[in-house]
Amino acid sequence: MWPLQLLGRNTLALISGLGRAVIVLLSALLHKPNPRKGIPLLLQQLYSVGVMSLIIIIVSGGFIGMVLALQGYTILVGYGAEASLGPMVALSLLRELGPVVSALLFAGRAGSALTAEIGLMKATEQLSSLEMMAVDPLRRVIAPRFWAGFISLPLLAAIFSMVGILGAHLVGVDWLGVDAGTFWSVMQDQVDFNKDILNGIIKSVVFAFVVTWIAIYKGYDCEPTSEGISRATTSTVVQSSLLVLALDFILTALMFAR
Amino acid sequence: MMSKKVELMVGFFVALGIAALLMLSLKVANSGLSGGGDSYNLFAKFDNIGGLKVRSPIKVGGVVVGRVSDISLDEEDYTPVVTMKIYSEYNQFSEATSVAILTAGLLGEQYIGLQPGFMDESLDILQPDDFIEDTKPALVLEELIGQFLFSQGSGDE
Amino acid sequence: MTLPVATLDNLIEIKNLTFTRGERVIYNDISLSIPTGKVTAIMGPSGIGKTTLLRLIGGQIKPDSGKILLSGKNIPSLSRQNLYETRKRMSMLFQSGALFTDMNVFDNIAFPIREHSKLPENIIEKIVLMKLEAVGLRGARDLQPNELSGGMARRVALARAIALDPELILYDEPFAGQDPISMGVIVRLIRSLSDALGLTSVVVSHDVPEVMSIADYIYIIAEQKIIGHGTPDQIRQDQSPLVKQFVQGKADGPVPFHYQAPSYQNELIKLSPTMHERGKI
Repeated sequence: MWPLQLLGRNTLALISGLGRAVIVLLSALLHKPNPRKGIPLLLQQLYSVGVMSLIIIIVSGGFIGMVLALQGYTILVGYGAEASLGPMVALSLLRELGPVVSALLFAGRAGSALTAEIGLMKATEQLSSLEMMAVDPLRRVIAPRFWAGFISLPLLAAIFSMVGILGAHLVGVDWLGVDAGTFWSVMQDQVDFNKDILNGIIKSVVFAFVVTWIAIYKGYDCEPTSEGISRATTSTVVQSSLLVLALDFILTALMFAR
Repeated sequence: MMSKKVELMVGFFVALGIAALLMLSLKVANSGLSGGGDSYNLFAKFDNIGGLKVRSPIKVGGVVVGRVSDISLDEEDYTPVVTMKIYSEYNQFSEATSVAILTAGLLGEQYIGLQPGFMDESLDILQPDDFIEDTKPALVLEELIGQFLFSQGSGDE
Repeated sequence: MTLPVATLDNLIEIKNLTFTRGERVIYNDISLSIPTGKVTAIMGPSGIGKTTLLRLIGGQIKPDSGKILLSGKNIPSLSRQNLYETRKRMSMLFQSGALFTDMNVFDNIAFPIREHSKLPENIIEKIVLMKLEAVGLRGARDLQPNELSGGMARRVALARAIALDPELILYDEPFAGQDPISMGVIVRLIRSLSDALGLTSVVVSHDVPEVMSIADYIYIIAEQKIIGHGTPDQIRQDQSPLVKQFVQGKADGPVPFHYQAPSYQNELIKLSPTMHERGKI
């Protein structure tokens, strides 16, 4: 009876949480957009969500590209196949590391900040106060943040991959002596726009949707106390990271498996 | 209300993102499928295509002149038919041209090697959608080893 | 619908309101009315859901049953759009002030005006300065909310609450956590706003002396019910022990000092039956 009851309770909580999340998202997004007010709000959020994540994305992208080149080179050179360094790095970044790692970093940097900010606005009654001023907080506060996250992450993922490839070029070509022409041409030979770049972009769009959704929902739904906010922030990072990894597997299976 | 710095930084961010996307699609990927220029199709029948794949390169003396665009089986005699997409600037192959499926290095990818035949008044230039008659199939490692062992065995007797 | 004519004098009529949160009953079938243009106070001990009443009036939460009529319109049954229209007529002063932390004082007060009107910026500026002057903080227009003291933050919030000249202001614990001076300032402000602008005020509080000095009419709520109501003088004369305990601030009385618990003796001796008793509760 006891474990069964626990299972039932958790299932019900999960379903009702999911329902609330859907309602939050739909009521934030389904309305006539108002460009005069909406665009400045969106810009502001693009700044705090996207621009503020730029540094961490560029630095990590560069390092990951450099490490990939270093590791890949030592393995490939054993087969005399260091010419394949370019495609190896590019394919790893475009298909997997770019979308996934930038989504994880985004969840840690921007997702947690979104949750904490919205949670704090809730705890300090700012959301309530908007509502009493006849301004819908879902449209005014939640919607621009969602769109900003949704737009930012694919761009960040592209920047991540690009910087990663440049980092790999730095290590592979400038330090380890792989021929620059070989590096680029073999890469161009092996990387396909539809299969690799487009699929990577699709992945990062899906991740952007999921991570931002979790972040805004957790903030909006959190218990309005300091413990509540900190719990919500943690669970934003944990849940969105796990979901990104799980979804990555599913998407990869759909895209690349025969 | 909106500070100029915010607008500027957002503009920079979006521009950087789009530049990254552009660079990825233009510099990292082979830009476009049919893009680049015009092409025409040639066909060739092989007994065995080995590990040849769609998009494998077609080379003349190491220079890429086209790509495999399709691989199918002939409906009548069930031999593989390879459709080769050749860039139109290379349109002077004679009828005596031969094709072989080759391997880049010992473990490398397979590609089609095109051996332009000699020119003669009696020979025409290959037209689009022509079949190349002279083909050599891919070497399959197992068959090679089998042949080798067989000849070894017969030599001993 | 049959509406009593009396609604002309009362901006808000609450009828047979019942509200429960989970298992806990907050209000059990209460009715009260809030007269137009007067300061009405709702008093009661902490934790009985006085703030909840304001949220009910603001339509942020819905009651289990009963009606909340704002000039004849039943708030819980309004459509979303009508509710938002109605909310433009009221405003609420939150306990924490609820100032937007990412804007300075000026923009905070300008916010509702910018949202709901298309007035040009120079007129908005004049309105905001008028409101700031009314709360005595014109000099603080460029400060950020985190630079304000608690009392100043509440006055800024008050200025924001009156920015759109509402008919009704709901004050949530306006005196809580204030030093005596800023308490005095806020008491004066509430009274003068009500008198000067003729707006209807609902003050939720447990600070007896301040409320007695400011309110035109008082309701005292305890244990899910209205236990007493009247003008401050009537409340002072009230003979009901509950009201007396609350107004005079006695530790023990009809509202017990001890939270509901099993017998003290039994619990100390730790007799096994207590475990059963507790299980039943």
